[in-house]
Amino acid sequence: MATIYGYEPIMLLGILPELGLVLLGALVLILDLSWKGEQRRKIAWVVFTGLLIVGGVAAYISNPGVALQQASSQNVLIFNGMLRWDLMSWTMTLVFFFGGAITVLLAKDYDTLGKEGEFYLLLLTSMLGMCLMAGAADLIMLFLAIETTSIPLYVLAGFFKKDEASAEAGFKYLLFGAATSAVMLYGFSLLYGFSGTTQLYQIAASMQQNFGVSTWVQFALVLLVMVGFGFKIAAVPLHFWAPDVYQGAPTPVAGFLSTASKAAGFAVLMRFLPTVFSYSPQGSTIGISKLWSILIAVLAVASMLFGNLQAMRQHNIKRLLAYSSIAQAGYILIGVASIVSYLGYTGVVVYLMAYMVTNLAAFGIISIVEREVKSDEISDLSGLSRRSSGLALGLLAAFLSLAGIPPFAGFVGKVFLFSSAVMGLEYWWLAALVVIGVLNSILALYYYLRVVKIIYQGESASTEKIPVTNSMRIAVVVCVAGILAVGVFFTPLFDNALKAAYYLFQ
Amino acid sequence: MQFPILSVIIFLPLAAGILILMYPAERKTEIKATALAATAISFLLSLWLFIAFPSYNLQPGKYLFEQQFNWLPNFGISYHVGVDGLSLPMVLLTGIVGVTGVMISWRVDDRPREFFAFLMFLVTSVFGVFVSLDLFMLFFFFEIAVFPKYLMIAIWGWPKTRDYGSLKLTLYLFIGSMVALLGVLAMALYGGKPNFDMISLENAGFSMEFQRLWFPVVFVGFGILAGMFPFHSWAPDGHVAAPTAISMLLAGVEMKVGAFAALRIAIMLLPQGAKIWAPVIIVLATINVVYGALIALVQTDFKYVIGFSSVSHMGLVLLGFAAGVSQSFAKGITPSADGFIGAGMQMFSHGVMTAMFFAIVGMVYDRAHTRDLDKLGGMAKVMPFAAIGFIIAGLVSMGMPGFSGFAAEFPIFMGLWRAYPAVAIIAVIGVIITAAYILRVVNKVFFGEMNPELVGHITDIGILDKVTIVLLAVFMIGFGIFPSLLSNVVGSGMMHVLQLLGGA
Repeated sequence: MATIYGYEPIMLLGILPELGLVLLGALVLILDLSWKGEQRRKIAWVVFTGLLIVGGVAAYISNPGVALQQASSQNVLIFNGMLRWDLMSWTMTLVFFFGGAITVLLAKDYDTLGKEGEFYLLLLTSMLGMCLMAGAADLIMLFLAIETTSIPLYVLAGFFKKDEASAEAGFKYLLFGAATSAVMLYGFSLLYGFSGTTQLYQIAASMQQNFGVSTWVQFALVLLVMVGFGFKIAAVPLHFWAPDVYQGAPTPVAGFLSTASKAAGFAVLMRFLPTVFSYSPQGSTIGISKLWSILIAVLAVASMLFGNLQAMRQHNIKRLLAYSSIAQAGYILIGVASIVSYLGYTGVVVYLMAYMVTNLAAFGIISIVEREVKSDEISDLSGLSRRSSGLALGLLAAFLSLAGIPPFAGFVGKVFLFSSAVMGLEYWWLAALVVIGVLNSILALYYYLRVVKIIYQGESASTEKIPVTNSMRIAVVVCVAGILAVGVFFTPLFDNALKAAYYLFQ
Repeated sequence: MQFPILSVIIFLPLAAGILILMYPAERKTEIKATALAATAISFLLSLWLFIAFPSYNLQPGKYLFEQQFNWLPNFGISYHVGVDGLSLPMVLLTGIVGVTGVMISWRVDDRPREFFAFLMFLVTSVFGVFVSLDLFMLFFFFEIAVFPKYLMIAIWGWPKTRDYGSLKLTLYLFIGSMVALLGVLAMALYGGKPNFDMISLENAGFSMEFQRLWFPVVFVGFGILAGMFPFHSWAPDGHVAAPTAISMLLAGVEMKVGAFAALRIAIMLLPQGAKIWAPVIIVLATINVVYGALIALVQTDFKYVIGFSSVSHMGLVLLGFAAGVSQSFAKGITPSADGFIGAGMQMFSHGVMTAMFFAIVGMVYDRAHTRDLDKLGGMAKVMPFAAIGFIIAGLVSMGMPGFSGFAAEFPIFMGLWRAYPAVAIIAVIGVIITAAYILRVVNKVFFGEMNPELVGHITDIGILDKVTIVLLAVFMIGFGIFPSLLSNVVGSGMMHVLQLLGGA
């Protein structure tokens, strides 16, 4: 187990991304005061540039492997054990920065979203929470981080307060979020009660000595905290909010919710479950870890089946993507459940990156089309290829990537996730996961192709090109290029993810 | 370092496809010229490979023009290409059908940019599968084909059935490839250390139990793409719905991809499993041959006849595989690679032949606007060149000596006769029925009286169509008169298959 450190100046490097976000937030406040009206849309460029700079610097100097050359291990518990500075938190932080930067660009010219300074501040605050979620190693820190992430997102979902759907989305999200985090908090308090500490790794240590709690009570604790985490990743049966919220929320916000927020949920899941309910891929002591692995497998199966079957029936593209994102959460849970090797968590990280670029591209293009045709029904995408062949190709790449077709990103992600389950084929629930996962990718292809067909085969009412602003173009081009890059040149991502997964257990 | 000829063959069409997508949509001639240039160069390079191949005197189990780069070393994945006698004829076939497919599509007028770009991606995918020596890479290329196939049928296909045909084809093939993916992953992860390299997997030492369990999974997964009974029904529906060039590529090359992968992965890497399951394959493949031919006999749609004939002929390929496997271990017979050699030659021969069939069906349909056999007739008078081409392909299809079909079917039946004489007799019935349906369509479409409604509306075929026919016919007749040109190459690859089966 890693040693817990108090405060040392070098730790500031570990929270450099968080510090950067706070500074950027302050800058947004100042600009919001001094700029007026349409001028405020320029804040997007400032925030984007800021995120690029902070992210770029953090990518280099906050890497624990580089920053902690002297330290023997690549991971340390910093600030009295509040945060864990390791490759996983660093990797996920960069993923959030990517998602935030793209969302800012997409929102810039989207309706009135981009000309409100609050939007940028809320987005940055939410990102701050996510970065802390990825590193949190303490129950209190974790809870605060989750709330810091969620509360701005409630507001963002209901950002168009005069629009009924948006207001409903914000309110629904808030109610679900509040209820589930209350249950999760109850689980946290029981954990503290049993172990006498809030530090995750110390809880783990006292769990090892088996503080007089039976496996089944531990499993009850898993269930309680999973309510909160399941809500964040929108896994069945805690998915009810997703379709309504995605449909009602401003499209760029929906894109952010479905990618960054979900990724943050998985980052917590990957740290929390194996750490607290102890499990190590080496010399596995199947006990409680077997139970939660089965639980995750059940959630995965339910999410995949329910998400895919519902997605088939949708007429609204945002609802379709919402159900598809529920199903995608199911695929990713395959990796979380595959506790027989490091490959499972490696696959999760790679898939999250693939999913990030893919879904942002999809939501981005939909927000562009939506601006012009004033509708987000699937039938309104008809004939998009005749109107704007570039947008159609981008959407084609995004949907095929979601379906897991090479050379797009989703394919490699899926191969790694399935591989991780195939490695544990001797455990019945992993074998079942493989079979059901394969079945579901076939189901999913069906409705993704349905959309693709409408885009390419249908006729369109107008033949005029759909206008694309500069910021949106940059965002979509980066995402589509990312889909191809992750799909073909995945080697550095995989190697880094493998290391991140490995150090998670050290 | 030697010239990376295989990589050039794979990536030239891909580069052309990307370039085409960047052209402005209205520059149709440049788009078509780019596609033609890329496929023509790939074709010429593959032809050169084929001509040069015998001079290398390749040992069984070795590969020519090998190239290997690390792709994902931590997961045992590399970019690894190479050809042997088994894959080289397939590369040549792809080259031929690719370039003729472009020529036959010259008149495509609806969004030609997307059409030719997707066509290029499809060609790249097929080339990639044939030269891959890494399981992951093979699968990567294998799956790239999903979207060009679907979209090209759905957009440019026959309006009446394109929605149904494209979806059915894509879902069937995706089910197959997902099932195969499971098997591939199980093989690559066998023993805990991921290894996707096909050459070293030949000596992976898969346990008997493992081979028995996974052989049918992998074989059926890829077999679906080869049109294996009872998963064949996507083929006629898909082929009929597809635009001409895609029918040519689907039936001519894509079905071979399925058979090739079934041989290269299922039989070569799981040889003990193949021995256990060979009788089952024999039964299914015999049904393919006879049933496919019978259904073709009663079709009233010109294109459906050809669609079902593909099912029948691919059955012969699978029969060849099964005969080859059985020959390698059955008691009382000398192991020989007859069945395999025949199957390999049949893959090439059928590919060229069916490409010709579909090309001519397309030419007839474009002019007559009907494919109903009762409404067609007398086409030989207005398009004699097409009629001759069709008859040549028909003779190949019937297995007439002097044409490539005979050179291919003869070893298959020879092998089959040694291993399972009864099956050989039943399967020969399929060949007889083939003669019947071919003569029937030739008679109905090209001879007799022309439908009065069509008189005067039918024009002769253009120069590119004629080039297509000549190019395809050259290979059918050339390999028919000099079969050893093909059988020597195929044989050198199949010897290795026999070695893996323990027969040589």
